[in-house]
Amino acid sequence: MQPKPTALKILDIVSIIVLGVSTYLALFFAPTEAVMGQVQRVFYFHIGTAWVGLLGFVIAAVAGVTYLITKDLKWDRFEVAAVEVSTMFFLITIVLGSIWARPAWNTWWTWDPRLTTAAITELIYIAYFMLRQGIEDPDRRARFGAVYTLLGGISAPITFMVIRLFRTIHPVVIGNQSAEAQGGFSMTSDMRVAFFFALFAFTIIFIDLMWHRIRIGSLEEKVEQLKLNVSM
Amino acid sequence: MTTKTDILPKVKDRPASPSFLKATLAIVQKDLAAEFRSRELLSAMLVFSLLVIIIFNFALELDIKTRQSVTAGVLWTTFAFAGTLGLNRSMAVEKDRGCMDGLLLAPVDRAVIYFGKGISNLAFMLIVEVIVLPVYSLLYNVNLFQPTLLGVILLGSIGYTAVGTLLSTMTVQTRTRDVLLPILLFPIAIPVLLSAVKASGGILTGAEFSEILTPLNILIVYDVIFIAVAYMVFDAVVEE
Repeated sequence: MQPKPTALKILDIVSIIVLGVSTYLALFFAPTEAVMGQVQRVFYFHIGTAWVGLLGFVIAAVAGVTYLITKDLKWDRFEVAAVEVSTMFFLITIVLGSIWARPAWNTWWTWDPRLTTAAITELIYIAYFMLRQGIEDPDRRARFGAVYTLLGGISAPITFMVIRLFRTIHPVVIGNQSAEAQGGFSMTSDMRVAFFFALFAFTIIFIDLMWHRIRIGSLEEKVEQLKLNVSM
Repeated sequence: MTTKTDILPKVKDRPASPSFLKATLAIVQKDLAAEFRSRELLSAMLVFSLLVIIIFNFALELDIKTRQSVTAGVLWTTFAFAGTLGLNRSMAVEKDRGCMDGLLLAPVDRAVIYFGKGISNLAFMLIVEVIVLPVYSLLYNVNLFQPTLLGVILLGSIGYTAVGTLLSTMTVQTRTRDVLLPILLFPIAIPVLLSAVKASGGILTGAEFSEILTPLNILIVYDVIFIAVAYMVFDAVVEE
C-alpha cells in the first residue's frame, strides 16, 4: 500500500488549524450583531459550508462531462469525491441555516427559493448515490453517474430561477438586498475578517477532504483488482 | 476461407440506412402498434390516474372553493405519477424481451432510439391526459378545455418525457429499476412541474396572459435545454 503523501499530511494539519482559527474568529473575534445577537455567528460557517457545497457540485458536473469525453475513470473518482463531500457540507449548511432561521424568521423552514433549491439539490445528489449503488459494472456506473450530475447541475439553477418567481425572504448579505428580505445586516470590518477567513478555511478543508476521498477511491479500485486476481 | 465481404451483400444490394426521421417514426410506429394490441400500459396508466384523482378528492376535500386553487396541482401530480408508470414500463418491455439489443444493432444513429422512445412515451402520456381531462371536468365541473391550458399541458409533458425517457433508459439497467425512476426523475423535473402548475393555475383562475408568460417561457427553455442535453448524452447511456 502506498503511504499517505506528505503534502496531504501537511494539508490535514493546516485544515485543523484553519478550522480552529475560523471558529475563534466567528465565536469571539467578530462583534455581536446588534439586532439578532449571538445567533448571527452561525452565519460565518453557514456561508463557508454553502460555498464549498456549491463549489463541489460545479466541480462534479465538470468532472462528469470530462469523464464522458475522456472515459478516464480518474474523473469518475473525482466526481464521486466532489459529490460526496459537497452533499455533507450542504447538509451542514441547511442545518445551520435552520438554526439561524428559528430566531430570525421565527420558523425552522420556509419555502423560499434558496431553501427549496438547497433541499432539492440535496435530494438530487442523494438520488445520485442510490443510482450508483444499483449498478455493478464500474464503467456503466461512471457513465450514468456523469450523466446524472450533468442533469442535476443544469436542473438546479433552473429550479432556483423558477422559485424566484415567488418572492424571497432570504437576506442577501453580499450584493443587492431585496425589499422583502428579513434578517439582513451589513458587515463591519471585523465581521468581514471572520467571514472571508471562514470562506478560506472551508475551501482548505474541502480540498483536504476531496483529496482523501479521491485517494480512498483509487485504493478501493486497487482492492477490487487484487480480489479479481485472487479469484482467477 | 470466406472473408467478411463475401458474406455481406454487395453495396448496391444492401438497403441504404434509413433517414433519421424515417427511423424515428418506425420506432414510434412499432411502440404504438404493440401498445394498441396489448393495451397493458395505457390501461394501467389510465386506471391509476383515475384512482389518484379519486384519492385527492378525499384527501383534499375538493369542495367548490378549494377546487379552483388546487386543480392545477392535482392534475399535474396525477400526470407525473402516471407518467413514471408509463416510462418505467415502456423501457422495461424493451429490456426484458431483449428488444433493446435489437434496436441497438440497427444501423441507425443511437439518438433515433431516444427520439423514437421519447415520442411514443409522449404519445402515451398525451392519450392519458386527453382522457383524464374530460373526466376531471365532468367530475368536478371545471372547464379544462382552454387552448392555452392544452398548450401548457403539451409543453409540460414534452419536458417531462424528455428527461424521463433518458432516465428510464438508465434505471432499467440498474438493480433497483422501478423504484429508482421517480427518485431520479422528480428532483430533476421539478422546474417543469413547478412552472406547469403555475401556468395552469394562472389560466384556471383567469389570470392575464402576461402573468403566465414567465412560467410558459421557462417551460419552453427547459424543453429545449433538456432535449438537447439528452440528445448529446444518450450514447453514453446505451453504450455496451
